[in-house]
Amino acid sequence: MTQHTLQPNLWVDNYADYLFNFAVSRVSDTEVAKDLVSETFLAGLKSAKNYKGDAAERTWLIAILKRKVIDHYRKSNSKKGKAEVRMNYGASSDADGDWLEEQVADPFSTLENSPIENKELGLAIQDCISKLPKKQAQVFTMKTIKGISTEDICNELGINPSNLWVMIHRARTALIGCLNKNWF
Amino acid sequence: MPKQKLVLIMISCEKAAHICNKTQYREATFFEVLKLRFHLFICKTCSKATEQNNKLTTLCHKAKLHSLSSQEKVKMKEQLKKQA
Repeated sequence: MTQHTLQPNLWVDNYADYLFNFAVSRVSDTEVAKDLVSETFLAGLKSAKNYKGDAAERTWLIAILKRKVIDHYRKSNSKKGKAEVRMNYGASSDADGDWLEEQVADPFSTLENSPIENKELGLAIQDCISKLPKKQAQVFTMKTIKGISTEDICNELGINPSNLWVMIHRARTALIGCLNKNWF
Repeated sequence: MPKQKLVLIMISCEKAAHICNKTQYREATFFEVLKLRFHLFICKTCSKATEQNNKLTTLCHKAKLHSLSSQEKVKMKEQLKKQA
């Protein structure tokens, strides 16, 4: 097994987006997710000496982030009354009806699966993006995820449009290949 | 001259791929889309590639990807540096 080493100065560039997506899919609040990610980096830096090197850097950071997410929920639940589980029957609690029958899960429904699948899909795409060459990944995220216009990207990166489209094309081709291998 | 008109609408596969990428971001002009449609009608390989490309776009939309802006990343880097 290969030994891994930590390179904290590259963390933000390499893993920030991946960790951020992971966090957003769990806490569904971008602000909280952002804080969690930066807390994760700080915690990682603090306990860098405990890193044994058997797991990849990203796996190790994800493990820390998972703890942070749990801590976040613990904190928000410790406020009085929030931890209580509330069960209400419909809008009005004194309505007649087949209570049990209506609570049973619909075995044919696939609705519950799609959010879970989307979470995993997001991570799969992010994973594939992180395998791209750096410049291509940058252009692709700017264009697809942030939705910045072609002109602005060209100005910011100092490239011409045809250059940009070539990079987009290569990134998309690579992503399609990667997703075909890992997702379908 | 009908031949010249045909030349206007005939495009190479490279050109088609370029327009296809543009359509993924809704940046192709109407005439470009027309040319692409015509090309897809006669070229099987490009049809397949376009199909895959469209799928990638829908997947990206479905996944609702998020990403941090570069300023936020710079801020994080500074925080890390302070700690180190």
